[in-house]
Amino acid sequence: MARYLLTRLGQALVIVILVTLITFVILHFLPGGAARAILGKEATLEQIAAFNHDMGYDRPLWEQYALYLQRLVRGDLGYSFQLNQSVAEAITQRLPKTMVLSLASTALAVVIAIPLGVVQAVRRNKWPDYTINALSLLAYATPIFFLGLMMIILFAQVWPLLPPEAPQGFTLGEVLADPAGLVLPTVTLAVLTVAVYSRYVRSSMVDNLNENYVRTARSKGLSEGRVIVGHTLRNGLFPVITLLGMYLPALFSGALVVERLFNYPGMGLLFWQSALKRDYPILLGVTLLISVATVLGALVADVLYAAVDPRVRLKASRS
Amino acid sequence: MNDQTRVRGLWRNGLEVFVDNRLALAGVGIFVLLAAFSFLGPLFYSSDQVHTDLANVYLSPGTAGHPMGTDGVGYDQLGRLMVGGQTSIVVGLAAGLLATVVGTVWGAIAGFAGGWVDAIMMRVVDAMMSIPALFLFMLMAAIVTPTVPMLIVIIGAFAWLGPARLVRGEALTLRTREYVLAMRGMGGTGGRAVRRHIIPNAIGTVIVNATFQIADAILYVAYLSFLGLGVPPPAANWGGMLSDGLSDTFSGHWWLLYPPGIAIILIVLAFNFIGDGLRDVFEVRLRRR
Repeated sequence: MARYLLTRLGQALVIVILVTLITFVILHFLPGGAARAILGKEATLEQIAAFNHDMGYDRPLWEQYALYLQRLVRGDLGYSFQLNQSVAEAITQRLPKTMVLSLASTALAVVIAIPLGVVQAVRRNKWPDYTINALSLLAYATPIFFLGLMMIILFAQVWPLLPPEAPQGFTLGEVLADPAGLVLPTVTLAVLTVAVYSRYVRSSMVDNLNENYVRTARSKGLSEGRVIVGHTLRNGLFPVITLLGMYLPALFSGALVVERLFNYPGMGLLFWQSALKRDYPILLGVTLLISVATVLGALVADVLYAAVDPRVRLKASRS
Repeated sequence: MNDQTRVRGLWRNGLEVFVDNRLALAGVGIFVLLAAFSFLGPLFYSSDQVHTDLANVYLSPGTAGHPMGTDGVGYDQLGRLMVGGQTSIVVGLAAGLLATVVGTVWGAIAGFAGGWVDAIMMRVVDAMMSIPALFLFMLMAAIVTPTVPMLIVIIGAFAWLGPARLVRGEALTLRTREYVLAMRGMGGTGGRAVRRHIIPNAIGTVIVNATFQIADAILYVAYLSFLGLGVPPPAANWGGMLSDGLSDTFSGHWWLLYPPGIAIILIVLAFNFIGDGLRDVFEVRLRRR
């Protein structure tokens, strides 16, 4: 296990370094460079030169990259001149709210997707399977903002049960104080996730239902319910752990759209506002942070998977 | 001669399997209809999609001369759906194909080379994959002004990662097959192995994946438009029309919202159906017989 952990950690570290390299390269490919992007069109050449000197942008590239890494390690993601606050601070204020949205919708999605996938696997190629499959395909094909709007029309306009807007507020506490407002954004984000997860649970369950141990369980007279819940489900759910990690990028992308649609003051909304204002320090900071979160999430998922399933770590350390 | 009949037999067999899948046929049908509507429609139904007509905004469907009404600046909605469809379909197809070609070449080289080259090439893929796609697209769209060719390049430049992983996996198993080893033993080059054996053998997986790439690309264009970084007017695409329609919903202008929304859902579904059908054709092991 220790060996597997080390290999996997090393890989994650390499990926994180490559991601910093990508954001660094993008920073340098900005039209007119970072100075032009921050100081604006009217800045004189002297101002730009002074800015470049202050920020160290006139030094050799490798030195700049080293400096960039040094700053990152100290938690310095840069400074947003448009918000007049440090990128790290702007992100810290919004990150918890995005975490709440993502975690709540993932939890909801898992709770719905597992029974759906199991039903599909048990009744495969019969009408329950076809119906659920058709619905998840439909959910997948619908742009998430269109789906969210349908939700708003249905549950805030036709039957005014819920507020059409996400809770507003600066702190996490203020957001959590209005749980009704969180329902529609959470459900919208969860629908797409359910579609992906239930497919995965289905195929994993189908694989397991064909295994010999299931036949043994049946032949020793266990009820079908115990075979499915007690034996197959336990094994069938292991791969879902990895999916939780793999699905993170799509989840964050979805959160970006949902936060914009419901005006939810999280990191996605911050990113969107910054993109329209061309606030590059924020854009690069958020991109970097969210990518590192993705890498870490995938790492945690893989390690958990290896912890519950010894076959995985054996295979990995052999190759 | 003999060779030719065998090859035709294979294709004919594949075609039969594809035709057996009714959803796949429906997918082809939907795609052909939507493409004909978008590209041939303007030949039969002309409307001005460049100049605004501020005297005739928000006309309801059924108004003389505007069977599907007009939008907030007076564009004819039916004509706009045609023009918007052209962009959505062209960007989807082109970005999907670009991603597929780049990904296939990258994955084939990495998988065939193995060792350090493979490790480095695949870590690059891992790194880019860990940046959520929409964030990357928005970052790029904030840097360059989005035009149709630019959108294709932006989406294609980041969507190739999936096919690269797939083809690399195929290449890893293919390169140790006897016929590849035999060719290498006779002095064949690595390039020849990639071109003549690895890519042709992985082509089934690649084609199936390409259809899903196209569907995803169409959705990405819609998302970018929704986030305000699509192609600026007077150009149109279904995603942009849909997101413009969002703000009109509560004023009761339903005809600006549902038609582009349904068009996107239909075309994404169509490519998914086609992809499933093609999978039946190429992945013999999964065939339900």
